[in-house]
Amino acid sequence: MRGFLLNRLSQSLVLLLIVSIIGFVVLNLIPGGPLAQFGLDPSMTQDDLNRLKEQLGLNRPLWMQYLDWAWRLVQGDWGHSFRDGAPVLDVIGRHLFATLLLMGSSTVIAIAIGTWIGIRGATHRYSIFDYLATVGAMVALSIPTFWFGLVGIYVFSLRLGWLPAGNMYTIGDGSVLNHIHHLILPSIVLALVHVAIWSRYMRTATLDVISQEFVKTARAKGLSERRILMKHVVGNALLPMITLAGMQLPSVLTGALVTETVFTWPGMGRLFLDSLGYSDYPVVMGLLIFSAILVVLCNLIADIAVAIIDPRIRLS
Amino acid sequence: MTAIVANSRQERWWNSRTAHRFMNHHLALLGMVMIAILTLACVLGPYLLPYDSLYIDLRARFAPPFTGHHYMGTDPLGRDLAARLFMAGRVSLAVGFSAMLLSTLIGTLVGVLAGYRGGWIGTTLMRTVDGFLSFPSIFLVLALAAALKPSPMMITVVIAATSWMEVARIVEAEVRSLREREFVQAGRMLGLSGTHIMFREILPNAIGPIIVAATLTVARAILMEAYISFLGYGIQPPLPSWGNMLNGAQQYLGTAPWLAIIPGAAITIAVTSFNFIGDGLRDALDVRGDHN
Repeated sequence: MRGFLLNRLSQSLVLLLIVSIIGFVVLNLIPGGPLAQFGLDPSMTQDDLNRLKEQLGLNRPLWMQYLDWAWRLVQGDWGHSFRDGAPVLDVIGRHLFATLLLMGSSTVIAIAIGTWIGIRGATHRYSIFDYLATVGAMVALSIPTFWFGLVGIYVFSLRLGWLPAGNMYTIGDGSVLNHIHHLILPSIVLALVHVAIWSRYMRTATLDVISQEFVKTARAKGLSERRILMKHVVGNALLPMITLAGMQLPSVLTGALVTETVFTWPGMGRLFLDSLGYSDYPVVMGLLIFSAILVVLCNLIADIAVAIIDPRIRLS
Repeated sequence: MTAIVANSRQERWWNSRTAHRFMNHHLALLGMVMIAILTLACVLGPYLLPYDSLYIDLRARFAPPFTGHHYMGTDPLGRDLAARLFMAGRVSLAVGFSAMLLSTLIGTLVGVLAGYRGGWIGTTLMRTVDGFLSFPSIFLVLALAAALKPSPMMITVVIAATSWMEVARIVEAEVRSLREREFVQAGRMLGLSGTHIMFREILPNAIGPIIVAATLTVARAILMEAYISFLGYGIQPPLPSWGNMLNGAQQYLGTAPWLAIIPGAAITIAVTSFNFIGDGLRDALDVRGDHN
């Protein structure tokens, strides 16, 4: 277990290093680079800009600038927002909860429905249900999330009037029930793509488990099909899905950005777009790096979790 | 044998392997037909319609579908939606297709090099692939698109720059497994150069998975263009694209829902078709995929 942990940790550190290099390259592709905010200020002359460049050490070789920048990231100094001067990490922190709430609830929906569809597809292979689920998953993967959101708003908010068309809660009513009411539509919209992916993988994983010897043994013992499914198959099939959940995080974050925009949900995705609109590059860069770190960490946690549950992985 | 609820009812037509494959091919066929129709409509449509896509008719603003000759209605400026949809299709399909070509090229180069050379070159390249995959793609695309000048060419490059990793992974795995085969060793013993072995001997054997990945990449590139154009950082008006036609449609959702529904349906049809074709090709070329 120790060797596995060290191995996996060092892999993640290398990945973080590469992520930070990619981030640094993107930062330098922005016109004006790290000085973008001052370039917009009409009272700054070119001489001022050059002097500032000298002062901030932006005339040094790129690798020295990178080391300096990366060291500040490690120390938690991610710069300040151009908009309100708040530290970038504070700004991100203020929007984190809304995003986690949305992603969390949609993940619960996706796992519940996707698992059911996947298992049923595997136990009734090549049935009409399985066929429809396969085709449905491919169509669901092809629907632009924002368009699904717009159609959802049109049907359930504007036509039927059942659900609110946006925002996280009604102003003046911060009750839990009100929050949940606002959460339903965006989390279903965000869940669609992941129901599709989850159900496909769950079907494959279930088929893998079903063909194994211990299932035959369980059948030979005379256990009922239902009991075999619940006690022996589902748990084993869900194990590789932990890894999948980690791997899906980047696409959940992508979906969250779009969903938050359509539903004016005050999370990280909206913050990212607003910051882009204001050319608030420290926050944009901060979110870019933050989301990648989140992905690397969650993948690490998922791998460790699988290794704890399944000894075969950490011993191999 | 594998089905756990193996209540062996009578064999039904959709139960046989052949039928299953046929149905998959059926979908691929459907996809091909849809793409052919869409492409034809986008190429010829603007010539057949009575309205120009840029013609503004302020008396006919917000006309619902089937008002006179406005078969899909009009937009807030009274421009014919059908004409705009087809013009936008040209842009969206062209961007999606070009981005696929570019990203397949990058991905194949990286994958072949990493898979054949292995060692520290391979490790570095594949770690870079992992690094790129750690970013939620839209964050990366938006940051780049906002930073660079948003011409259709630049959007294509940005989408390709953030979608080559899947192809690279597939090609790398394929090449790594082919590297030790006899025909490659024979090539080495004949004294063929590394480049020759990589691109003339190994690559033709890995073409199946590349074609499948490329088809699915078109689907994803069209989706990505739609996302960033919808958010206002992709193709810029007055040049229409399916994505930017939806930009601003949300505020008219109550009064003119067709503005949102029609372009989104076009995107969904195009992307679904490419996904169907990719799936059919995977079966036809017998490429091991992640779902069976």
